[in-house]
Amino acid sequence: MDAIKNLSRRGMLRGGVASGFVLGFHVAGYNPIFSAAAAGRDAILAPNVYVAVNLSGRISITIHRSEMGTGIKTSLAQALADELDAQWSDIEIIQAQGDEKYGDQNTDGSRSVTQFLLPLRRAGAAARQMLVAAAAQRWKVLPAKCRTQAGVVIGPQAPQRLRYGELVEAAMRLPVPAPESLILKPSKDWRYIGKPLPVVDLDDIVHGKAVYGIDFTLPGMKYASIERPPVYGATLKSYDAKAALATPGVERVVEIPVASLPAGFRPLGGVAVIASNTWAAEQGRQQLEMEWDEGPNGSFDTDAYYKELVATAGKPGRVMRHNGDVDAALAGAAKRISADYFVPHLAHAMMEPEAAVAQVTNGACEVWTATQNPQQARKTVAEALGVDPANVTINVTLLGGGFGRKSKPDYVGEAAVLANMIGAPVKVTWTREDDIKHDYFHAACANHLEAGLDSDGKTVAWLHRSVFPSIATTFKPDVTYGAQGEMDQGVVDLPYDIANVRCENGPAKAHIRIGWYRSVYNIPHGFAVGSFVDELAAAAGKDPVAHILELLGEPRKVDLRAMGVNYGNYGASLDDYPIDTARHRAVVELAAERAGWGSKLPPRSGFGIAVHRSFLTYVAVVARVAVDVRGNASVQRIDMAVDCGQVLNPDRVTAQFEGAAVMGLGNTMFSSLTFKNGQAQQTNFGDYLVARMDSTPETRVHIVPSDAPPGGVGEPGVPPVSAAICNAIYAATGRRIRTLPVDPQELAVM
Amino acid sequence: MLDLRVNDAAHQVDAPPEMPLVWVLRDLIGLRGTKFGCGIGACGACIVHLDGQAVRACITTAAEAHGKAITTIEGLAGAHGDHSLQRAWKQVNAPQCGYCQPGQLMQAAALLAQTPKPTDEQITSAMAGNICRCGAYQRIKAAIKIAAGEAE
Ligand code: FES
Ligand code: FES
Repeated sequence: MDAIKNLSRRGMLRGGVASGFVLGFHVAGYNPIFSAAAAGRDAILAPNVYVAVNLSGRISITIHRSEMGTGIKTSLAQALADELDAQWSDIEIIQAQGDEKYGDQNTDGSRSVTQFLLPLRRAGAAARQMLVAAAAQRWKVLPAKCRTQAGVVIGPQAPQRLRYGELVEAAMRLPVPAPESLILKPSKDWRYIGKPLPVVDLDDIVHGKAVYGIDFTLPGMKYASIERPPVYGATLKSYDAKAALATPGVERVVEIPVASLPAGFRPLGGVAVIASNTWAAEQGRQQLEMEWDEGPNGSFDTDAYYKELVATAGKPGRVMRHNGDVDAALAGAAKRISADYFVPHLAHAMMEPEAAVAQVTNGACEVWTATQNPQQARKTVAEALGVDPANVTINVTLLGGGFGRKSKPDYVGEAAVLANMIGAPVKVTWTREDDIKHDYFHAACANHLEAGLDSDGKTVAWLHRSVFPSIATTFKPDVTYGAQGEMDQGVVDLPYDIANVRCENGPAKAHIRIGWYRSVYNIPHGFAVGSFVDELAAAAGKDPVAHILELLGEPRKVDLRAMGVNYGNYGASLDDYPIDTARHRAVVELAAERAGWGSKLPPRSGFGIAVHRSFLTYVAVVARVAVDVRGNASVQRIDMAVDCGQVLNPDRVTAQFEGAAVMGLGNTMFSSLTFKNGQAQQTNFGDYLVARMDSTPETRVHIVPSDAPPGGVGEPGVPPVSAAICNAIYAATGRRIRTLPVDPQELAVM
Repeated sequence: MLDLRVNDAAHQVDAPPEMPLVWVLRDLIGLRGTKFGCGIGACGACIVHLDGQAVRACITTAAEAHGKAITTIEGLAGAHGDHSLQRAWKQVNAPQCGYCQPGQLMQAAALLAQTPKPTDEQITSAMAGNICRCGAYQRIKAAIKIAAGEAE
């Protein structure tokens, strides 16, 4: 943060209402924040700042990250409220609109707390210091002699007590404290940070009052359902809307131009049926007669494509990390093993499908939608309409899940285009089939691993090749290799103490939109590395936990940059967030201990372990699995040990890891997308399978107490789950699962 | 025009008889607590009660609901305040994104109405038709047990 300005003073100079004060922040690299009273709200509440206090002592906190189930809206407000020393019940939380002045709003990459804990704490501290200074002036005492408690400033002599609201008018005339003069609370004084506060929307949720994107309505609003290109890159030859238009409730049928490849964030295009309700729109859409030219991806077939990825992983690729001499070490090894692992395309399938409401009036567009990325939504809409982003307003509702899908605002663009075309507000609602067929799919990924052991069973050589279509293929033509940031996710960041390591990436083309899905390339890489480490333990005849600890070696910081790897470290500095194997070790030991590692289990049952660092957080998972004679594996318990540094809301952190266990389990046991003739073969929850309550085990999350800087929470629980489960299956049955999802036939004994 | 009774209130709706109840509720009556998740009866997001029975509103037509008492999530809390399940849900902080939760609550309420003290297996089999992509199953199960008075 470079500077803090008292925006209310500027507001006053510009004729604003001087009834409150508002603090805005520069966060390094971001545009200055400027306050303008928001229409329709209390005049002192400016939505483009983090905090405002009014004369009655009500505090509004603006949260600019999207709430999709992580609890971020509540958690970040906890941080600010704590430093402000506010009474929680005095707080109203406002969800920010999409605007660059807030700094980064793209709620993915598990970055909200990592990036914004400190700025929001400082926002609260600055407000508190101004209130204290105002009180000190009034009492003619030094500010240091005053303290605060739950919305009240208390002076050195009884009965000196002033509520925050009573100090607002004086405080707003004071200069905002310089950043270096901000005093943050010591952790022992925290009232909200580190406490398991319930989320602010909890009561609305259990009463069905919470408003998601799909729930938003406007007067006079029309409902749209869109028939999109059946194959990525198909173009519309012709269509006949006669029968569609004859469907009761259908009002219009309009064409949205089909996006050229690669489609990026743009609407895919197609033919939209506009009706008086969602169902009528869908009924009409079914009556459309469409003729498509399938284009270059019409023959895409995952049977062949998956084989191609595996074959590519068998050949030398682009070297992304190299220590020592892997070929020589492999040649000289006492024992060599190799294995190939495969994870298919996956879909996000968050429970709330894509939906957006848009309205265009006098060249300005206003949108209400569930988006993880309101700033990109703004750009996408502006581009689609050919207007200045300043004329686009994005209101963010609650999200019924996101998992990365909702940071791609193609559906928001659709609503805007339609609203503009028909001159009325429109809600676009995707069906589940639309959602699965037109996802930004999780990349299929083939991994080839080879290792050499010396005569003591110590690993002396490690070769890892990963092959997958890059997410960059969705945005740029002619991309063939993976990005550094993709290889950073569980390949080149290998923490093990092995003298000879080579990591390679092979080429792959994309025939569908590829996107990021909760923990992204860490899914296949966590599976491959976590499984192969277990294979090495078996080859060396060692206990898997002891073996992981041995591979991790002496506690140390893995300095990838010194190895010549251009490692991105999830955008964080390696000084603040080194790869610290002491933390890997600690979570491994904790998970093993809490799971009762090594205790005796019935036949065809086993423990499996895996550890993975992603999004700056360390997670070890122990799974206990039983496999019946027909090959059905049931996960009976999952223990997750988590070191995510400082914890803002322990209950929400725990919930994220519980959820990650379930999603990881679904990825492992059930989910798979295949394509034929360019089309997804799974279209709804009847054939795209996910974890349900009957497959979900008891999950225990063990958080390592830490005052290290906060790491990510939303995603890092997922990557180690698949390997832990499959390693447990091996312990139970002696059979290795190397392709996901688990095929019971591979495990059956009768 | 079709007469429907939702949460003890009478509604006249201009819906074709084959229109799925989920869209009648959401788009015509404006009760949007009932969620859409799949449209094929596979996820449970749209569960409501017809005469106390849990049904999936995406595969139940307006005509089928006619003449029955329809209860939605908005009507789950009674005159005496929250349903025990809603209290338990809040006690354990069951929701993550919350989107599946109306359907989960309505399914659980139907379960407890029929089986006030369900076993673990009964809970699991009754709830296996409700998908939560956030993976809140463990807490949902715990909340049902609390509401059933089996755990505190
Ligand atoms: S929407 Fe009705 S069961 Fe999924
Ligand atoms: S809480 Fe998000 S889908 Fe269940």
